[in-house]
Amino acid sequence: MIPASFDYTCPKTVAEAVSLLGQNPEAKILAGGHSLIPMMRFRMATPAMLVDINQLEGLSYIKEEGDWLEIGAMTRESELDRSELVRKSYSLLADTTRVIADPLVRNLATVGGNIAHADPANDHPATMLAYGAEVTATGPDGERSIPIGDFFLDAFTTSLSHDEILTAIRIPRAVEKSGGAYFKLERKVGDYATVAVAAQLVLNGDGKIASAGIGLTNVGLTPIKATAAEEALTGKVLDDASIKEAARLASEVAEPIEDQRGSEEYKRHLVRTFTSRALRKAQERAEGGGV
Amino acid sequence: MLYLDIVRSPYAHAKIKNINIEEALATPGVVSVVTGKDLDAHGLASMPTLMSDKQMVLPIDKVKYQAQEVAAVVATSRYAAADGVEAVEVDYEPLPVVVDPFKALEDGATKVRDDKDSNLIWHWETGDKDATDKVFDEADIVVEQSMYIPRIHVVSIETCGCVASFEPIEGKLTLYMTTQAPHAIRTVLALVAGHVGLSEEKIRVIAPDIGGGFGGKVPIYPGYIIAVAVSFLTGKPVKWIEDRSENLQADSFARDYHIKAALSAKKDGTLTAIKIKTVADHGYTDAAANPSKFPAGLFHICTGSYDFKQAHVEVDGVYTNKPPGGIAYRCSFRVTEAVHCLERMTDIMAHELDIDPAELRMKNFIRPEQFPYSSVLGWEYDSGDYEKALRKAMEMIEYDKLREEQKEKRARGELMGIGISSFTEVVGAGPSKDYDILGLKMFDSAEIRVHPTGKVMARFGTKSQGQGHETTYAQIIAEELGIPPEHIQIEEGDTDTAPYGLGTYASRSTPVAGAAGALAARKIHDKAKKIAAHLLEASEEDLEWEQGKFFVKGSPDRSKTIQEIAFAAYTNHPQGRSGHLLRPTQLDLSFRLLHLCRRHRPGHGRSQDPPFRRRGRLRCSHQPDDRRGADPWRSHDGDGARASRRDLL
Amino acid sequence: MSTHSITLKVNGEEHTREVEARLLLVHLIREELELTGTHIGCDTTSCGACTILLNGRPVKSCTMFAVQASGAEIASVEGLATNGNLHPIQEGFTEKHGLQCGYCTPGMMMTTVALLKDNPNPNEEDIRWGVAD
Repeated sequence: MIPASFDYTCPKTVAEAVSLLGQNPEAKILAGGHSLIPMMRFRMATPAMLVDINQLEGLSYIKEEGDWLEIGAMTRESELDRSELVRKSYSLLADTTRVIADPLVRNLATVGGNIAHADPANDHPATMLAYGAEVTATGPDGERSIPIGDFFLDAFTTSLSHDEILTAIRIPRAVEKSGGAYFKLERKVGDYATVAVAAQLVLNGDGKIASAGIGLTNVGLTPIKATAAEEALTGKVLDDASIKEAARLASEVAEPIEDQRGSEEYKRHLVRTFTSRALRKAQERAEGGGV
Repeated sequence: MLYLDIVRSPYAHAKIKNINIEEALATPGVVSVVTGKDLDAHGLASMPTLMSDKQMVLPIDKVKYQAQEVAAVVATSRYAAADGVEAVEVDYEPLPVVVDPFKALEDGATKVRDDKDSNLIWHWETGDKDATDKVFDEADIVVEQSMYIPRIHVVSIETCGCVASFEPIEGKLTLYMTTQAPHAIRTVLALVAGHVGLSEEKIRVIAPDIGGGFGGKVPIYPGYIIAVAVSFLTGKPVKWIEDRSENLQADSFARDYHIKAALSAKKDGTLTAIKIKTVADHGYTDAAANPSKFPAGLFHICTGSYDFKQAHVEVDGVYTNKPPGGIAYRCSFRVTEAVHCLERMTDIMAHELDIDPAELRMKNFIRPEQFPYSSVLGWEYDSGDYEKALRKAMEMIEYDKLREEQKEKRARGELMGIGISSFTEVVGAGPSKDYDILGLKMFDSAEIRVHPTGKVMARFGTKSQGQGHETTYAQIIAEELGIPPEHIQIEEGDTDTAPYGLGTYASRSTPVAGAAGALAARKIHDKAKKIAAHLLEASEEDLEWEQGKFFVKGSPDRSKTIQEIAFAAYTNHPQGRSGHLLRPTQLDLSFRLLHLCRRHRPGHGRSQDPPFRRRGRLRCSHQPDDRRGADPWRSHDGDGARASRRDLL
Repeated sequence: MSTHSITLKVNGEEHTREVEARLLLVHLIREELELTGTHIGCDTTSCGACTILLNGRPVKSCTMFAVQASGAEIASVEGLATNGNLHPIQEGFTEKHGLQCGYCTPGMMMTTVALLKDNPNPNEEDIRWGVAD
């Protein structure tokens, strides 16, 4: 469990980091390191260089600005967990953060790393899909914004180019009558999800659904946005029938495979169950009934 | 210090065509790469198992399970050793794999072992088959069930590891290791490596505080032997600590029993007989850490707490391409498997007969008046009142209420289960009738020293892994001697200081070593009584004991505390009661003369070179005249006189 | 393969070492600084036996490179006792038999110290959450 040798660099600015990445095609970004370092210890990852972005200034923040909640990529999970703003207005994000790994991991693991690593078993990706978030990528030509739906290309593969760094993530600012929830089944604390479902609802004044977001964790090569289920809910009242239909559609779009965490059928069943539960909880929260 | 890391096989069964170590040897920090052939040159490529089977240390031609040790890299740092492991190139030719023990028993199955005729290691049975079959034929009802108790690895939080330090001048090996059985390990090492000069008095095993064991730290793993061999050959200390992946993949397993059972009963719920057929998957060698005289351990405790008139058990041990093992995890040897089987069968029978499972158990328990009880499969039960115990447990959980609640819930379509299990566990390994390990039988030992101030050092042949022996043993001795537990220092794990014992596993330490501690403490107590009588000028019969002191009957003021007695044991004890204490009556005063002789050559004015020569040594004891002639140790020689005096009391 | 000169404070004492980039923090602490109270249990960021406080926050020292800790303040179990007196957490673990084999206990204690700093009066759920959930 000893990693292979590598060169370590610790740039002080984003520009310097981007330049190092550009010059070293075998370099990897080291953020919280809680996925990368274990992979290096197994020698499943043997990068020739690490570009440590922990010393970069200004990448750790949680703030509402304009139409968005902006989160710096190097914001630690524990900071999200402790944020009053997140707890108060972004219940889906708060739910998600609390079930990532364990408290010690959350003290170092970053929201940017969780997303950029693009492990379909990671939790933030599905949540960001449900929110309809956007990712800010900074490269040699400056910043660009990537809709989260275009971000995950394959397992561990994103639309970031090698010399781009995910520097921020932004979530549509919380509006009145909105709420969400994340439901996750893990075999034990700290495990990856057997299945998890993220749901975010915005309700109209009449109680009908203005918009719905549903993201699925660990039931495919990428996190999955349950678009058909979202569309089926839009304009409807959330009731047994609409929940059932949305849960069915979500489970259809899932692509789970049988593994040590369960059979394909079991996982589809979990998608149905968790979609229902997450939607009910999201609605309860949107109506102000709970955090 | 040198560091060891191990190359492991990615295949469960393969021929090793070639091991290329060139690149590894060129890796900075790598000192050497050890292969099976290297060990074979010293007769160390394989070792005997406790079950008299053969286990590879490093393979010469074939690997038999995934993650098996293939080669070892020795380096100046742990990091360099890991780099060396990456650089070793092994050319494998994969062979067909058999991992299902039932398939392993089929005709034409891939043979796991080239040195054996088949994959069947042994067949063992006990009980009267014909008599049991007859009971089944006459039974009102028979239930059958197959069950699999899967293989588990125990995952102690600290992995296994050692530092082997061979000191070439002394010819002594000190082995610091995470073992539950330091003395047994020392004996096994001497048996494995005696031919290279590591005999038992030259081996010191030290098991310091270790991070959990669960049976997984009883076996000797190849890594230990390689570390010892490398230290032996290099004369340097060698550290091998397995990592978690290695621990999970290759260390000894527990369970892996495929059981088929049948239970017969009368209509009224009287259980009449049990039949069990088991296929036991042992992996590629039978390396069960099983000190019983039976290949399937204590599995024939399977009649449990019930009064069976007949029973028959068959077990087939089978080779497969899996790591070896068979360790006492969370119970003695195969008792968990036996109890699980029996209790599950009992529940199935209760369901079939529509009798409450508690009632069925109650009806069949061995009755208090039947004790001492001999089970049909040969176990002696000393005492018990199982029915009373179950009734008490049922009261405590309000069993009847729970059944009511269950009924209501079921009516509502809600499921609720209530489980009952009785467990006759065989612990305290063990009586030599049933136990043996390497011909040592089984025992454990305690050695108690009481210091002059009444403080105690007690050493045991067991080895705590977190069970709290330091507390338990101190409490036992405290209870026997009336010395506060905080004044009792407990030590285990160093074979140079602790008395010989068989180690800690299978719930044996308190019943065996703890009992040895109590017996030893009682001997001290008896001796203390004699000294107290001497001090109090009373007869022993007139003394009474209360925690911590003896006093004269009827005169509680005339007393001596255990601490006073301890002091007197060194200073003022009755004649003939000092044990093997040497008590000189006089100081040993010796003086030495260095006799220097200066030679002069006649007619020569200066001294010869070298000017001084030591001529001899004279050593005398100052000795009372009246005893000199009787001293058997006195001797004389030409250079002087050597005399010493020993005065044995 | 780069090497780096790092300086860090461990239990209040400053240390400077030349380290290979890949040296894990836990190995620096155990092997280079010889503070072997910090243990390695799982090697894979799961168990927490290697927990230390990094600038006051409990983290797993097996999942960080030593070079990353340059300039940091680290507290390990050896730093809990002061002037020969056990830390109240150590006293508490002793008094309540809060250990079996004791192997992960240093990690448990460091986590507990951090938990109580944040929340001096935790309820059971807070404790469960803070230690492992």
